[in-house]
Amino acid sequence: MTTTTTIVTQGDRTARRSTRRVEPIYYLFLLPSLILFTLAITVPAIIGIFFSFTDSIGIGDWSFNGVTNYVAAFSDPAILQSYLFTFGFSLATVIVVNVIAFLLAVGLTSRIRFKAGLRTIFVIPMVISGIIIAYVFNFLFSNSIPGLGNATGIEWLQTSILANPDFAWVAIVIVTAWQAIPGTLLIYIAGLLSVPGEVYEAAAIDGASQTQQLTRITVPLVFGYVVINVILGFKGFLNAYDIIVGLTNGGPGTATRSVAMTIIAGFNGGDYAYQMANATIFFVVAILISLLQLSLTRGRNAL
Amino acid sequence: MSTQTLLTTEALTTVNARGRRPRVRMERVNWSGTIILILCAITVLLPLYVTISMAFKTTNQAVDGNAFSLPAPFSIDGFVQAWNLTTFPVGAGISLFVTAGTVVLTIVLAAFASYAIVRNWDRKLFRYSFFYLLAAMFIPFPVVALPQIQLTGLVHLDNPFGVVILATMFQLSFSVLLFTAFLRSIPLELEESARIDGASTWQTFWRIIFPLLGPMSATVGIFAFLYAWNDFMMPSLIISDPALQTLPVRQNLFQTQFSNNYNVAFASYLMAMAPAIVAYLFTQRWVMEGVTQGAVKG
Repeated sequence: MTTTTTIVTQGDRTARRSTRRVEPIYYLFLLPSLILFTLAITVPAIIGIFFSFTDSIGIGDWSFNGVTNYVAAFSDPAILQSYLFTFGFSLATVIVVNVIAFLLAVGLTSRIRFKAGLRTIFVIPMVISGIIIAYVFNFLFSNSIPGLGNATGIEWLQTSILANPDFAWVAIVIVTAWQAIPGTLLIYIAGLLSVPGEVYEAAAIDGASQTQQLTRITVPLVFGYVVINVILGFKGFLNAYDIIVGLTNGGPGTATRSVAMTIIAGFNGGDYAYQMANATIFFVVAILISLLQLSLTRGRNAL
Repeated sequence: MSTQTLLTTEALTTVNARGRRPRVRMERVNWSGTIILILCAITVLLPLYVTISMAFKTTNQAVDGNAFSLPAPFSIDGFVQAWNLTTFPVGAGISLFVTAGTVVLTIVLAAFASYAIVRNWDRKLFRYSFFYLLAAMFIPFPVVALPQIQLTGLVHLDNPFGVVILATMFQLSFSVLLFTAFLRSIPLELEESARIDGASTWQTFWRIIFPLLGPMSATVGIFAFLYAWNDFMMPSLIISDPALQTLPVRQNLFQTQFSNNYNVAFASYLMAMAPAIVAYLFTQRWVMEGVTQGAVKG
């Protein structure tokens, strides 16, 4: 019975809206996801925000203390430093990743040999565990490169970059970029392949050089992909945790401690409510960046 | 099935046409470009080469810190010790369980929910559910990590089961996004003919739609696989018993103890990363397509 109704009304949108009853089985399809999602993400989020207005240490008694945690968080040098580091690191990584990935994508879509094999190799870093590759690089940075420095007598190579409070972040950018380039690269390849070849032919006939073709045609035409890559990348890098734990564990001192690490470390130190305030601030930042993403990518559905 | 084949061949021809298109003054192979790219590829392969060569060294050779030398003599001692130290079979078993659980749960939950949402898009409940599920894309794990640690402990899910559920929920938004986009492109006529033949909604979904979703399920599954197999942060925070930790978390053993047995550490790293690399080599096409689709739809 229901089946027939569905078919008859399917074509007519206005009629469907008013008359059709939703088959109960559809609720059965949807509810498991909704319930689990609510329990696993929504409820914790609400609990977290709730406790950010209290003095809870995670267990036992607690009482409300208003915005005390937020006021304290905004004037806490450790938290401010972690935001500064996280934003700086994310910005640097986004630039490095996008420049390299874009150039690689241009190379991989040009008339080169071994195209498929090279593409296979360039994507490998994406499938390796961040913490493990960080351990591998940790060994290279703290044993192999200083060893190389000793052998060649180049002084600035002799100490590990990871032990240098001013430059440890560079190592983190290198490893994060190493891992993040493949995803960005694949998106740029898709973008470059969407540019019709005729455009280049016409440009070449008009006498445009290779460089001119790149800057005047390719870059403007794939700009939508640049926006996507920059925002997706930046959002991802803000959550940096695994690679930093594997490389510096936030050190030397707290020089490379990301926001995520501050939240977790503070929690282990008994600052539950305080770090939840920090997490809530972080949440707001994440939402603002997502809204920026939506406003920038809206109307780019043609991609 | 035919729709997807069509899509794929279409995609392939675009790629080929673009690749073969004789660009003016670019008909010859770009050898300088090829050489530069090969050099770049070496920077990708170098850390992997180091991992493999270190893993096969003896402890005596590994300790000299020269990462680039070949193993001499060739030794599998590192693997034997790593196997025992990290209780590899247990770790691999738990990683496998977490990964398989996340992959299956993600595909099943996301496919069912997406189908219900797309077929009832005119209903508020289903439309709002879509945006609700998508909201998780805006919630970074660190934001909800602390309450999740608390809650999983409270309900005794501070174990691999809890990680499966949480990992699935964080994969859900992306997967629902991919599935719904794909479902919208499946013509309704396909289902209507099945329904005329008397198939119920359940049968229509299970016999016709779910098989059609195959390629998309592969993409969704691969991403769930890569995430669940490689993640460090979530299992390290959620699983309270170190004996039940996943492979990536077990590697921190080498940062504290046994810190001079580099060959053992690298053998252990290699055993933990190899399955993902092998899986990738066999499923490249879906991995590559998936990234593109995910980004463009997201």
